[in-house]
Amino acid sequence: MTYTMWIILTASLVSVACSIVGVLLVLRKMAMISDAISHTVLLGLVSAFLITQSLDGLAMFIGAAIAGILTAVFIQLLNSAGVQADAAIGIVFTFLFAIGVILVSMFARDVHLDVEHSIMGELAFIPWTTVDWLGIEGVPQAVWMISIVLVINIILLFVFYKEFKLSSFDPHLAAALGIPVVFLHYLLMGMTSITAVASFDAVGAILVVAMIIAPPATAYLLTEQLGKMFIYSAIIAVLSAISGYYFAAMLDTNIAGMMATMTGLFFLAAFLFSPTHGVVIKKIRNRFTTYSNDEA
Amino acid sequence: MNPVSTNNITVAYHRKPVIQNVSFEAPEGKLIGIVGPNGAGKSTLIKSILGLVPKASGNISIYGKPYKKQRQIVGYVPQRGSVDWDFPTNALDVVLMGKYGQIGLIRRPNKKDKQEALECLAQVGMEAFANRQISQLSGGQQQRVFLARALAQNAFVYFMDEPFVGVDAATEKAIIQLLTDLKSKGKTVLVVHHDLQTVKDYFDWVMLLNIRKIAFGPTEEVFTQEHLQKTYGGRLAFLDQESNGVNPLA
Ligand SMILES: Nc1ncnc2c1ncn2[C@@H]1O[C@H](COP(=O)(O)OP(=O)(O)OP(=O)(O)O)[C@@H](O)[C@H]1O
Ligand SMILES: [Mg+2]
Repeated sequence: MTYTMWIILTASLVSVACSIVGVLLVLRKMAMISDAISHTVLLGLVSAFLITQSLDGLAMFIGAAIAGILTAVFIQLLNSAGVQADAAIGIVFTFLFAIGVILVSMFARDVHLDVEHSIMGELAFIPWTTVDWLGIEGVPQAVWMISIVLVINIILLFVFYKEFKLSSFDPHLAAALGIPVVFLHYLLMGMTSITAVASFDAVGAILVVAMIIAPPATAYLLTEQLGKMFIYSAIIAVLSAISGYYFAAMLDTNIAGMMATMTGLFFLAAFLFSPTHGVVIKKIRNRFTTYSNDEA
Repeated sequence: MNPVSTNNITVAYHRKPVIQNVSFEAPEGKLIGIVGPNGAGKSTLIKSILGLVPKASGNISIYGKPYKKQRQIVGYVPQRGSVDWDFPTNALDVVLMGKYGQIGLIRRPNKKDKQEALECLAQVGMEAFANRQISQLSGGQQQRVFLARALAQNAFVYFMDEPFVGVDAATEKAIIQLLTDLKSKGKTVLVVHHDLQTVKDYFDWVMLLNIRKIAFGPTEEVFTQEHLQKTYGGRLAFLDQESNGVNPLA
């Protein structure tokens, strides 16, 4: 595999993993929780490091998952105590992220955990850190991590597909039928957290948030079937990653930033031209309908 | 054994009681109306029976056992406005959701489930809309889909929260016919209802609720001027104005 291929592969795996949790979050109107979680996992990472004194992958994952779930728990607590949902997200997010930043700068300055990096990511360096595992050699560590998370996301989505669907559409009936609505909520928070932590070292928090929100929001404009929404958003996410890479190379700019920009452009295109929801198409259709009514 | 029996249930949101010490025994095979002003706690009463909101105190049983053991025999139609009708799915799919509790993990609805769901849609006159996006259904059609979903649950006891809101006269008639069919099969249906004019026509029994239970019993016995006054207080001034032709007791 060439250097370019590794970068594109990593970004594509990240984008599919993110778009899976993204569809569920967008449908539950909880997209901005991903913004909070993708930042607060930093606190989980640095806590895991301080406890284990190593950068062991598993400890990092567990630390991040705990931080992500705690973020969701705190938001829930504030919210049910009467704080507006978006304010609750903002407070918890900045508070936990700030603690993470302080801990990193106090205790973990020398290790491979820095704040700027966590926001923008360093896709360009990914191919250099490889890990041999399962007899396969020369695969970048980031590719291993994100592949594992992607597989976990796909399995959980497959196992709980009905349950996620019903608890997103009608949580009351779901609970009445005995579907573990609260468990699913925190499971999704956990999935978001491990996706964020596996992704953000490679691509940074901004691209994680972009990939979680924009491709699902785009797919939402293009289809009215849940199954297709997952597929479309995965395709759009991968297309954003690939086109973003080449535009970045062309303009010699930040790769993750360009990929995030592409997700926005795809959304804009769907927003304007979607056959069912696009504002331009609707305008044209309205004009046409008015016209034919006049004639009638 | 009664289909629904509650003993002194109290529910509070933020310490403010929303329903207080409500006890009742619902008889089998009856259509039972639940009426009361906005904010009286009607939806909350249903939700507490179904375990959707925590109770401060009290007990609930469905045919003598706790709700958790009886989920399979209880059907629920939430208020139509409580879900997002822009959710990417179609009418048949929504009806199938009524069966999710019985289908089990990982398994998907099979041909038989789909066939049954189609039959439920047919019972509410919506079979032609099976593949229609739910966002493209009218309010009354959405309500019918919700009823079809409850039918798909194949329950013995049904709780319906305002199934008549926003439906036209024809749909209302169809729904009442459906409820009467359920009753004739020995099923018990509890319906939150707003239109006082139709209470006497539709319901065998009625509960008047305003945080506390004001009255509960056969409609002709408890649906009285006095109880209505107590339930609605000054808000039902028109009760006295028979000249308006809106006296629900007439
Ligand atoms: N989730 C909630 N948090 C706080 N208060 C609530 C909540 N849900 C309902 N309430 C309050 O509880 C009271 C009863 O609400 P409920 O929805 O049960 O009334 P209702 O009788 O169904 O009214 P409506 O006729 O308007 O549907 C209201 O005062 C309402 O403001
Ligand atoms: Mg209500």
